[in-house]
Amino acid sequence: MIVAEQKPFQEIYESVREHQNLLILGCGTCVTVCMAGGEREVGILANQIRLAAKEENRKMEVLEHTITRQCDEEFFDSTVSSSIREADAVLSLGCGVGVQHIVELFDEVPIHPGLNTQFFGANLQQGLWGERCAGCGECVLDTYEGICPVARCSKSMMNGPCGGSSNGMCEVDPENTPCAWQLIIDRMTKLNKLDKLMENQPPKNWSRDRHGGPRRTQREDMTL
Amino acid sequence: MEPNIIAFCCHYCAFTAADLAGTMRQQYPANIHIVRLPCTGKVDINMLLRAFVDEADGVMVAGCEVGSCHFLEGNIRAKKRVEYAKRKLEEVGINPEKLEMFHIAASEGPLFAQTARDFTDKIRRMIQQESQIEQGSEGQKKKEQIAEPVDNRKEENDRSTGAM
Repeated sequence: MIVAEQKPFQEIYESVREHQNLLILGCGTCVTVCMAGGEREVGILANQIRLAAKEENRKMEVLEHTITRQCDEEFFDSTVSSSIREADAVLSLGCGVGVQHIVELFDEVPIHPGLNTQFFGANLQQGLWGERCAGCGECVLDTYEGICPVARCSKSMMNGPCGGSSNGMCEVDPENTPCAWQLIIDRMTKLNKLDKLMENQPPKNWSRDRHGGPRRTQREDMTL
Repeated sequence: MEPNIIAFCCHYCAFTAADLAGTMRQQYPANIHIVRLPCTGKVDINMLLRAFVDEADGVMVAGCEVGSCHFLEGNIRAKKRVEYAKRKLEEVGINPEKLEMFHIAASEGPLFAQTARDFTDKIRRMIQQESQIEQGSEGQKKKEQIAEPVDNRKEENDRSTGAM
């Protein structure tokens, strides 16, 4: 899923404090699971904004709404659409995709982002998420037996570890980040496939990553 | 005016202690509004912030002593949430000490009454200090407003006499 975290409160408040009628719009999918922009977080932020406005005697109406997915037009029903149009501004607690999708659907309303979108990640334990995919456009997980050097190696090394691997940890963050190549070698050893690493991997085709410009995917059988 | 205080109390300990305090004829301020919860583990950050939005001056969360939660860890989880809510209050400019967590066993009626009295006193002092600061800053503003026209006149005089 897409993992995000909330922007600092002061940054959010500065961007919305001039609006008298603010709608905070949460998203019920990825950012609900990573506890950054779901119904509960919308409630917390709405209460914080109400308190901050009260502290400076500012009149401000804060409405709360959360939809299933901000990145899908079908979830913008008539209720939420009219709430968006009636608001002075919308503070979106969706990821960067959600924010831009609202802008595309409602081009007359100012939209402010409330989150910093971070990465595609997995839930490692309650309250902790880690990056697992970089969306490079050409998956190499088969070559490395299910551990991605693009996303999990700090330097995206494709042909073995660098010199910064120490006690199985990465030099960039030795406390928290395991060396991806240590993980790959351990897994290959376990599966008795270590000889697979003798094969030299040619340079990766990065044109399918962001380097080839904005991407789009089409299923011709599904388009109307 | 007495401060408006909301106390979220666990049914198994602090709420029973509050009841016991009454039975023992212990006095504690009448401005404390008790909300009974099945466990302080039920406390949600939104509950705490909402209390402040709805004009509470202080909020106390009172749960079981560490290690004796009826649901094992509810009070420990509540403590973490209270700490998080304190940070959220601080971000909006509200003194985080207006929210506190206490551990009071069911048998400690006098402790509940004492805690309620102490917390009310603390909140009352904070409100007084805040109003003094507010009055001070308003007084300063008024002084500046009065001083401004004098300065303007001085400038005008300076201009008319050619002094720079």
